[in-house]
Amino acid sequence: MAQALPTYRFADRNGATVLEVAGAWTVFSVRELAKKLQQRKTTEARQAAIVDTTRVTQLDTAGILEILRLSGAAATAEVQAADKAHADLFRVVQSNMRETPPEHHVNWLGRWLEEVGLSLIHFSQQLISLCAFFGEIVVIFAEACVQPKRFRPNAIVRQMYEVWVKALAIVGVLCFLIGVVIAYQGVQQLRQFGAETFTVEAVGIGMFRELGVLLTAIIVAGRSGSAFTAQIGTMQVNQEIDAMATIGLNPIEWLVLPRILALVLSMPLLAFWGDMAGLLGGAFACTIYLDFTFAQFFERLRDTVGPWHFYTGMIKSPIFGMVIAAIGCFEGLQVRGSAESVGQLTTRSVVESIFCVIVLDAIFSIVFLLAGV
Amino acid sequence: MAEGGQLVDHRDGRPVVLRLRGVRTQFDDNVVHDKLDFDMFKGEIVGLVGGSGTGKSVLLRTIIGLNPARRGKIEILGINRRGLRGRKEHELQARTGVQFQDGALFSSLTVAENIIIPIREHAGLDEETMRGIAALKIALVGLPPDTGEKKPSELSGGMRKRASLARALALDPELLFLDEPTAGLDPIGAAHYDELVKGLQKTLGLSILMVTHDLDSLYAACDRVAVLLDKRVVAGTMEEMLAYDHPWVREYFHGPRGRAAAKQG
Repeated sequence: MAQALPTYRFADRNGATVLEVAGAWTVFSVRELAKKLQQRKTTEARQAAIVDTTRVTQLDTAGILEILRLSGAAATAEVQAADKAHADLFRVVQSNMRETPPEHHVNWLGRWLEEVGLSLIHFSQQLISLCAFFGEIVVIFAEACVQPKRFRPNAIVRQMYEVWVKALAIVGVLCFLIGVVIAYQGVQQLRQFGAETFTVEAVGIGMFRELGVLLTAIIVAGRSGSAFTAQIGTMQVNQEIDAMATIGLNPIEWLVLPRILALVLSMPLLAFWGDMAGLLGGAFACTIYLDFTFAQFFERLRDTVGPWHFYTGMIKSPIFGMVIAAIGCFEGLQVRGSAESVGQLTTRSVVESIFCVIVLDAIFSIVFLLAGV
Repeated sequence: MAEGGQLVDHRDGRPVVLRLRGVRTQFDDNVVHDKLDFDMFKGEIVGLVGGSGTGKSVLLRTIIGLNPARRGKIEILGINRRGLRGRKEHELQARTGVQFQDGALFSSLTVAENIIIPIREHAGLDEETMRGIAALKIALVGLPPDTGEKKPSELSGGMRKRASLARALALDPELLFLDEPTAGLDPIGAAHYDELVKGLQKTLGLSILMVTHDLDSLYAACDRVAVLLDKRVVAGTMEEMLAYDHPWVREYFHGPRGRAAAKQG
């Protein structure tokens, strides 16, 4: 925008310092002035009790702020204006001027300590409320056992369609690929000892005990746990949860329990599917790198890999499902206020559920080791 | 009828800040406005009213460029809106301000940062000056000083509307658009808001177009009323509207709520 540049000078009139300003003083032109001042590197620090604005052509609130800042006596300066509108604007700005709030400068150590402390407090609060949440679920579950129609089978089936049927393709493909990769690596490494036929055990035990269920759990946490958080969180933002409470519907019973039960039922099914896809991938790789037939692969699997390898994975999977669903729903109910918090808590729910799944997996391997299976 | 959808000409030689001629908006086969003419003059507050579904918000969105018109001409501050893009559009955007119905404040930023964003984008001043301007705007809309550091989610609905108004005022625009600014406010809050808008119009020399349902606002704040009737605008002062013979207008202004608002106003 073409405007006359803002200019100013200090003058003495009858012993008083007067700040004379001229030109356009708007939010767009004060930047030019700031540039000029920077070039000159000297800012005249003078107090002017009177501001003469009679030669100003354009004026807005940002320009007035700048003029008053230059005069050094912002709120008390006497203003001479040619135009009544300008004088009015000056009065409005002067009466609304406030000290600019100072920026908080904390050194990095202090900020770091504060953050560590806050996250520690937050973590323990989170843990307590998660325990309370689990308790509530158990109570509602027990109540539903007495009155089975409170399990809401329709909702459970609908959720199972989402978390089980719709996940079959991705779980199958990924487990198949992992099976291929393990078999390929197994053949490469074991061949050095002439033990490449043990690849079958590597694939079978690896998929059954750990990889099938773990991979499935991670995929489910990413696609279903996050969806639970986002769905429930959005309902929280829309006050739908509040509305449910006023109608007398318990959100745990209506939203959380069906999701948890759906995932508890779906996880073993998905893990089994993943195991099978992994074995198929392993067998496929063995036909290429080991000159095995499919029949040879599965015969060796039957002879060398005992059923408990399969059972351990199947025992873990419903528990992983419960943890993922519970964390997803819990974080969804933690959403407060804005859409931004839905995003934050969805991220947190995925990270937390994967973390918990892996920690639980480690605990399980100790338990199974002690149990000798 | 006089020019620009007016019943009687009220221009009085003032510059035209908004001129719509033959505007047509349409979604698929549904024509919302057709052959719509409307003028706004410098320094006035115009209330835009109409029954639900008559396209008040659509008209506002069309004027500010979010929903292009199928036909016709829209001139904002003397600049033709059609085909405007790039630097020219950017400059025009700096001269207008919009307050959306629920504030539409950026939820990840504080109120002060929300106000600073348009200033940084269009004027690019140093941080301290911009924070000074933000603090001034927060004061101008009557919010307490600590509001600047708060996130929009920590504010009440009425405060969010004021904060949004402060953002719309960030660059001292010449033309301000308000979408249902008093909807959802209690009567006292709404009355304060009307006074605020009127005061700001006077001191900052603004021209304001506000979409509203609030009859009290029409009486208290608006100089003229623009009514959306049969896909077109009929504009006039309150008195002219009261005398205008059209079933919807009669029901709106002479209904029980209209009479109550008239008694107060």
